[in-house]
Amino acid sequence: MFDYGHFRFESKQALFDKAITFWNPDKTKFWQKAGIDLVIDRREGYCLHDMSGRRLIDLHLNGGTYNLGHRHPELVETLKGALDYFDIGNHWFPSVARAALAESLIKVSPGMKYAVFAPGGAEAVDIAIKSARYATKRRKIVSIIKGYHGHSGLSVATGDDRFTKIFLSDQPETFIQVPFNDIAAMETALKGNDCAALIMETIPATYGFPIPKDGYLNACKALCEKYGAMYIADEVQTGLMRTGAMWGWQAYGVQPDIMVTAKGLSGGLYPISACLVNEKTGEWLNEDGAAHISTSGGAELGCIVGHKVIEMLLRKETIANVDMVTEFFREGMKEMMERHGDIFTGVRQKGVILGLEFNHPEGAVSVSRALYEHGVWAIFSSLDKRVLQWKPGVLLTARLCQEILDRFDAAMPRARELLRSADKVN
Amino acid sequence: MSEALLKVPDAALEQARMMLDRARWGATRFQKLDSATTQRIVNAVAAAAHGKAQHYAEWAVRETGMGVVAHKRMKNEACSKGLAETYSGENFVSPRIDEAKKIVELPRPAGVIFALIPVTNPVATVYFKTLLALMTRNAIILSPHPGAKACCADAARMLADAAKAAGAPDGVIQVLEEPNIPLIEKLIADERIDLIVATGGPSVVKAAYRSGNPAYGVGPGNAPVLVDDTADIKLAAKRIVTSKAFDNSILCTNESAALAFTSIAESLLAAMKAEGAHICTAEETQKLRQLLFTENGFNVGMIGRDGSVIAKEAGFAAPDARILVTPVDLVQPEEKLVREKLCPVLAFARVSNIDQAISAARSMMRNSGAGHSAAIHSRNETNIMAFAAALPALRMAVNAGCSLGASGYETNLGPSMTIGTGFAGGSSLSENLTPQHLMQYSRIAYNKDASETFGRFAGLDPLNLPKAARPAASLVVSNPETDELRRELRKIILEELNAVLAA
Ligand SMILES: Cc1ncc(COP(=O)(O)O)c(C=O)c1O
Repeated sequence: MFDYGHFRFESKQALFDKAITFWNPDKTKFWQKAGIDLVIDRREGYCLHDMSGRRLIDLHLNGGTYNLGHRHPELVETLKGALDYFDIGNHWFPSVARAALAESLIKVSPGMKYAVFAPGGAEAVDIAIKSARYATKRRKIVSIIKGYHGHSGLSVATGDDRFTKIFLSDQPETFIQVPFNDIAAMETALKGNDCAALIMETIPATYGFPIPKDGYLNACKALCEKYGAMYIADEVQTGLMRTGAMWGWQAYGVQPDIMVTAKGLSGGLYPISACLVNEKTGEWLNEDGAAHISTSGGAELGCIVGHKVIEMLLRKETIANVDMVTEFFREGMKEMMERHGDIFTGVRQKGVILGLEFNHPEGAVSVSRALYEHGVWAIFSSLDKRVLQWKPGVLLTARLCQEILDRFDAAMPRARELLRSADKVN
Repeated sequence: MSEALLKVPDAALEQARMMLDRARWGATRFQKLDSATTQRIVNAVAAAAHGKAQHYAEWAVRETGMGVVAHKRMKNEACSKGLAETYSGENFVSPRIDEAKKIVELPRPAGVIFALIPVTNPVATVYFKTLLALMTRNAIILSPHPGAKACCADAARMLADAAKAAGAPDGVIQVLEEPNIPLIEKLIADERIDLIVATGGPSVVKAAYRSGNPAYGVGPGNAPVLVDDTADIKLAAKRIVTSKAFDNSILCTNESAALAFTSIAESLLAAMKAEGAHICTAEETQKLRQLLFTENGFNVGMIGRDGSVIAKEAGFAAPDARILVTPVDLVQPEEKLVREKLCPVLAFARVSNIDQAISAARSMMRNSGAGHSAAIHSRNETNIMAFAAALPALRMAVNAGCSLGASGYETNLGPSMTIGTGFAGGSSLSENLTPQHLMQYSRIAYNKDASETFGRFAGLDPLNLPKAARPAASLVVSNPETDELRRELRKIILEELNAVLAA
């Protein structure tokens, strides 16, 4: 019996049944088929506990939502303290929490002028696109094939067909896609002088973190300048110190006109995201500040948590920790590749963002499952299943890092076994 | 500032907790460095510390109002290059092999050390504990006394920079910039700490032991010094005055009361006077008693002050006094002047023989100073042995000033700013703290039976072992033919097994 006070479940199976009946049959069944019978129950730090009580180390972090860990005590205390005083607030009025978060975001984001808040990444991307269109008076948006910017009205149109066609939401005339790391294709897309913006994940996450070639992002930005398009940096997964700098674009030395942050800004506790605009793209905030409205965008509780998140990320201890975790997995994964080079063939890394490459078209699916059986949760890249997304948190400790590596090593024989049987089925 | 409208987390505490994780990373990486690299880091840090000895001596005196710049400089030098030289021949990094016992010992650094730094010897203790930690490849977090936080934090940052430049991992030297008691109490209970080394007042030491973490805390001193009738009186007087004047008695090993055989007492007093001691009258002694011991205990404002300043505060003049000697009749705890005084005031009493000396010394140490230090000036081994055997002190300096003798700088004890007071003094540490105390060993122990020969471990470096041959793990790409064969084989084996089982 699982008694949560508000509701009760006889068993984990009872939950699966209800999830299939009332929530999302396909998603529920998908994971069962994949051998991942996870229902996240308790969670703390970088660990999850399944309803069965099994502990898993979280290297998925929902794309960095749990960058600082699950329910970080300092964030929990911050939110609890805020709940005695604040609520979502009223978006019509200036607010201390929104002003404070906006100021702290702008202070760490050179070149940016205003922060516009939203509840999630996709909505913030929509604001980015609208701001670029406002500034350029153009409509077209260029994005990367297999890029991912969320599923709201405009953001979804930048992404994969799988998510648009089913809802008749594809807009091929105004949303143009080009291959990643291909400068010629980028120029072709932009040179008509009719694009409002290029939107770019600094390192495309859902595509498995292919690393931008040297100079690629800078060349894209130069093309934007040449052809009058705005450069939007989607920092939803690469921001908040995950590349070793506050924003990924800083790590690559590219100055965006607009940037988007979400996920980890919420501390994993209270949804909040932000679109930061420069002077030009933010001019609409002087012309008609109510042109964009969101009741829960910029909820004051989220602002207070976000403000704390930024404060924590700026501590010298946090910055040192990112470097340590980065180094640890650089060395550790090299060693793992030496030991398991028959299946594990490559590592993409920038800071604590890693993509592990396996030499099998569905390699990461098997490895994800083998790791799951060995107490580690890391997800494959849904748009490139050879690549396992490996997303350690910025506050991961030395001890937990070593435990992760030991578990990884122990899981490899099982991964081999799963790959072998995957071959047989095919 | 008014009180905040929102309840907020204690950000200072949270940040300090992050320091523990950073230290763990530092310690983990440090343990992978070899002895040559470790030595290089130690030497570089010692040299940097030595170069700033005067700078921080001045700063510490300015900030705390305690002690003497020239002496603090000496201590800073002794606790930097001095320490590095003392231990230069020793190796706390490589395995030790005992062929006879068939045992190999592998060094295990403590890991993350939390070090409490006293206000009396701030920078010298920062130097001292940091160098010991580095010699043994530990990470250290320094927690200065709030009264000396600025000089300590600055010194710690300087050491950290020097360590980093010499190749130490990030995070091996950190300092709490804004220490306060509640913060420290919470922090030391954190299980991420491997070892607490507490030097300071009894409350700090007790808190360290209460924390639940392994700890070395040391109790207060109250050292008697005996001068018998075999001593070289002039030399004894000189050593006692110099020791008592050293940094204005701020070392916990300083002489608290001198006990002189009656037969030599007058000549000792005269010799001390010649060395610059002011011998107080009964009236002056009473004034000092009143000044130093208030209703709330010892007058901390007098700690480490000049003798002339203390005399002036008490209401008499002793303009050039290096120390103030206060003759007393009673050597019992109720005579306040025979209690610990971290200032250049020395009680003085006459004893008729060694037995009386012992009971006097034992009496004064009854309430304070157990497990700590004592000194004797004598050429009579029987007296020396009797005094040492009877007192609850764990070290006795012979024919040396107690300040620098018991702390190991003028004797061959471990030179130390942390003096173990043992079980008698509420401590798990009985010696002067040395690098060995900050590490342990893991032991490889062979079967002692003679038929089992001991392996050849000389030359094997646990940090750099030859790579084990790895059987090439390979993904067997499925092959219909071999699969068929395997199925066939399994069938045969199963049949045979069944046949055996059925039989
Ligand atoms: C790079 C990137 N941008 C945008 C989003 C959308 O964020 P949200 O799910 O909060 O709408 C995601 C979510 O995974 C993302 O990874």
